Amino acid sequence: MTFNALIVFALGYVLALFVIAFIAERRAAKGHSNWLTSPWIYTLSLSIYCTAWTFYGAVGYAARSGLEFVTIYLGPSLVMVGWWWVLRRLVRIGRAQRITSIADLVSSRFGKSTQLGMIVTVISVIAATPYIALQLQSVTLSFAVFAQSEGVSWDQPDFTVTAMWVAIGLAVFTIIFGTRNLDANERHHGVVIAIAVEAVVKLLALVAVGVFVVWGIAGGPGEMLTRIDQSEMVLWNDNSGRWISLIFLSAAAFLCLPRMFQVLVVENADERHLHIASWAFPLYLFLISLFVVPIAVIGLDLLPAGSNPDLFVLTVPLSEGRGGLAVLSFLGGFSSATSMVIVATIALATMVSNHIVVPVWLSFQANQRAVMSGDVRNVILMSRRLSVAGILALGLLYYRMSGGGTALAAIGLISFTGAVQILPAMIGGIFWRGATGVGAAAGLLTGLVIWMWTLFLPSFGTDAFISQTLMDDGLFGWSWLRPQALFWVAGLDPLVHGILWSMLLNSAMFIICSLVTFPAPLERLQGAQFVNVFDHSSAGPAWTGAATGAEDLLIMSQRILGGDEAQAIFEQEAVRQGKAGLMPDVTPEFVERLERDLAGSVGAATAHAMMEQMIGGSSVSVEDLIAVADEAAQILEYSNRLEAKSQEQERTARALRAANDKLTALSIQKDAFLSQISHELRTPMTSIRSFSDILRDGAMAENDQGRYAGIIHDEAVRLTRLLDDLLDLSVLENGQVELHRQTGRLSDLLDRAVRAAGLRDGVLTISRDRATEDLSLTTDLDRLAQVFINLISNARKYCDAKEPHLQISVIRDGDSDAIDFIDNGSGIAVENQDLIFEKFSRVADGLKAGGAGLGLAICREIMHRLGGEISYIPRKEGATFRVHLPKVTTAVALEET
Amino acid sequence: MTGPGKTPVFLQRASYRQRRLRDGAKLVPFLGIILWLIPLAWRNGGDSEKVGSAGVLYVFGVWVLLIVLAAALSSRLQSDAALSDPGSSEE
Repeated sequence: MTFNALIVFALGYVLALFVIAFIAERRAAKGHSNWLTSPWIYTLSLSIYCTAWTFYGAVGYAARSGLEFVTIYLGPSLVMVGWWWVLRRLVRIGRAQRITSIADLVSSRFGKSTQLGMIVTVISVIAATPYIALQLQSVTLSFAVFAQSEGVSWDQPDFTVTAMWVAIGLAVFTIIFGTRNLDANERHHGVVIAIAVEAVVKLLALVAVGVFVVWGIAGGPGEMLTRIDQSEMVLWNDNSGRWISLIFLSAAAFLCLPRMFQVLVVENADERHLHIASWAFPLYLFLISLFVVPIAVIGLDLLPAGSNPDLFVLTVPLSEGRGGLAVLSFLGGFSSATSMVIVATIALATMVSNHIVVPVWLSFQANQRAVMSGDVRNVILMSRRLSVAGILALGLLYYRMSGGGTALAAIGLISFTGAVQILPAMIGGIFWRGATGVGAAAGLLTGLVIWMWTLFLPSFGTDAFISQTLMDDGLFGWSWLRPQALFWVAGLDPLVHGILWSMLLNSAMFIICSLVTFPAPLERLQGAQFVNVFDHSSAGPAWTGAATGAEDLLIMSQRILGGDEAQAIFEQEAVRQGKAGLMPDVTPEFVERLERDLAGSVGAATAHAMMEQMIGGSSVSVEDLIAVADEAAQILEYSNRLEAKSQEQERTARALRAANDKLTALSIQKDAFLSQISHELRTPMTSIRSFSDILRDGAMAENDQGRYAGIIHDEAVRLTRLLDDLLDLSVLENGQVELHRQTGRLSDLLDRAVRAAGLRDGVLTISRDRATEDLSLTTDLDRLAQVFINLISNARKYCDAKEPHLQISVIRDGDSDAIDFIDNGSGIAVENQDLIFEKFSRVADGLKAGGAGLGLAICREIMHRLGGEISYIPRKEGATFRVHLPKVTTAVALEET
Repeated sequence: MTGPGKTPVFLQRASYRQRRLRDGAKLVPFLGIILWLIPLAWRNGGDSEKVGSAGVLYVFGVWVLLIVLAAALSSRLQSDAALSDPGSSEE
């Protein structure tokens, strides 16, 4: 392919990107943004981390330093797989606070501070400029490679002109798609989709070259590994400091680079995209770096000594006569450079306009009329466009100044180190409530100064900014201020030295100054919201009812957000306030929401400042706000306490009511018991009294006398039995009973019970199965016998069959034995079955039975004491009482058998 | 006094599993750090002890392991909204 054809091809590629971006914007504008906001697009957009420096430079890096190149990818991989720690928090904060850039994050966290926003912006711009220059260099170099393959040798002016045209093209694209609108979310669908396409292109390109090298040249993975082992290339340098430092540096830079923050946080449409990206992006990085070592090894083998290893990705296919592959790889490098530059300039331009241009412009507009009369929207958009152009111009200037040599290649990591100075303020800000704005500023400035002194200024080469004597003797001749041996720590790798000191002192200043200063109230509010973002994702109120009318606010928001969007917000608010079609009231909530919407366009600090100008003195001081918040907290605390107290009282009342109910029931029971007992006692007493009256009067037949005495005796016996029963029951119920454990056989016990039940008259026939009764028991046998006697005599008394019959059978069921007493009478009516075990609950006619109705109650108590159970089993006919024997006894019985 | 909306002491089985998955996800980067710091022990001795393709395979192998782990964990992790317990901050 000729050089001119390549240029046409590249232009065609750029045009295709324009079209894709345009279509995406159109679709997003119509609301069809589903596929634009998929997790895969998000993952691919992260790939702007892999710039041309990594596309071309990684191979060169590997050729020079071996495996160390991979550290640049390991750090971001660790950050991604550890997304639950930092990224999730950042994304949530970004959404909750409408963060537009990393400068906005820091400024917003520390009380919407304009100064901090400026500091971060300045650091970012300084750090990014060489990096942009690096991209321009790699694109021009790759053009030069193709020109040289046609025998055309490029001079310095050719490089500069190419770089200039590339920069202009990038500026146009960025301005068109990056600063077309002031979106409330600061998202750029067109740009994101374009960089996603470029991500695919560069991955394909590098993998294609890699596949060609491994299978086409080396002849397979096995041979490739052998060639790696045989290669002259040194894979491992015993410099542990660099390995650790670079992994840390790349991880930190991944979070702090403005362009990475833009795609990671600002362009993130859905927190759940992180789920996919957490592994998909490491996979992308893995694939991008998989073939780097093979390409480097083959390049060193194939190409003549002294050829630039940074361009192996291009020159290896070209030297093998694979023009098509070389063009693909050129497109890959081109994509890497352009996507990085586009996103970086958008991010930086947003920062510059929101944190430098607009605040400065606002400070010249003293009153609120100016905010309304000036076209804020145009000012912001114009400042962004100028910023884009300015940043690219800076990059170009840097490229010119540095001469585009190898010095530039070394600056990638130095540029990273500059960006990373934001890390302590950022991480401290989102995890530590005690971090203050003063601390953040102190840390940032310290880091900036040390980075400049140890890395940035020396990177221009000796005598450019720092003379050799200064390098050797230190500032003012103080040897502890030597740029590469701060505090006399010499012998470290200069990069490791710079990273170490800048991060250490930066963090130390940040922490110490945060500890000793007291944050402003707004800082404390913001700090609480950032650190506890998962507890409450809403911002605290900051404004009271305003003197400004809603119309004024609408005019101002229209100037920033554009007519349609501002009106939509106001209509929405009006509907929310229940006055659709009218202007909404300027409530504090509304002002706060509006401020947040504006912050999405111009940054928190600027939006806050604008609102302040509009609403003027009527905004409460934040001290008042804190006081109000304290008061509110106290009221809340008080009402919580009241609530707790009333809950306690309610609980007590419930318990009292329950106790009262129980007492009432007991009292009724006691009355019933007393009336029952007096009745039971009175009946025999009455007969005893009347018959003893007759006997006292005398004058009666001898046999009558004997009969009456017999009646008196019988009644006295009944009375005694009743009193015995009562006493027995009372003893049992009070738990005062003493159990006399004995061991005996069940059959003997039943024999005894049948004998004692007084079946002399032979009315009741009893059938038993003696084989099953062969069971040994250890319990209070007398008490158990009492139960049996009671049941047998009950059957005798109450069984109403013509030929009363009682069957006693033993049921051996697993570990629990039971004895059934089944008679053939009519049984107990269903409604009475619940009552039979209660005291004095005689179901049948009492006179006939002559009992007091205490028998079954006593039985139940006895069985309860013995650890068994007695129950009535409903059957079709006949009454069945089941006695569950105490479990312990059977266990003993089992041991004995 | 514990106000309402505090994290409950005992969780449903599903929530409990979620928490442990989160713990696992939090530990993955530390596993990665440890495994990737092992190369620090490598020494380029003479020709016989040169770090060669085995070293490359090790670094990339750890990478694959982390990707697989992260993929397995993140597909099972739910976002906060899907989790039933309210106010589910971390820990």
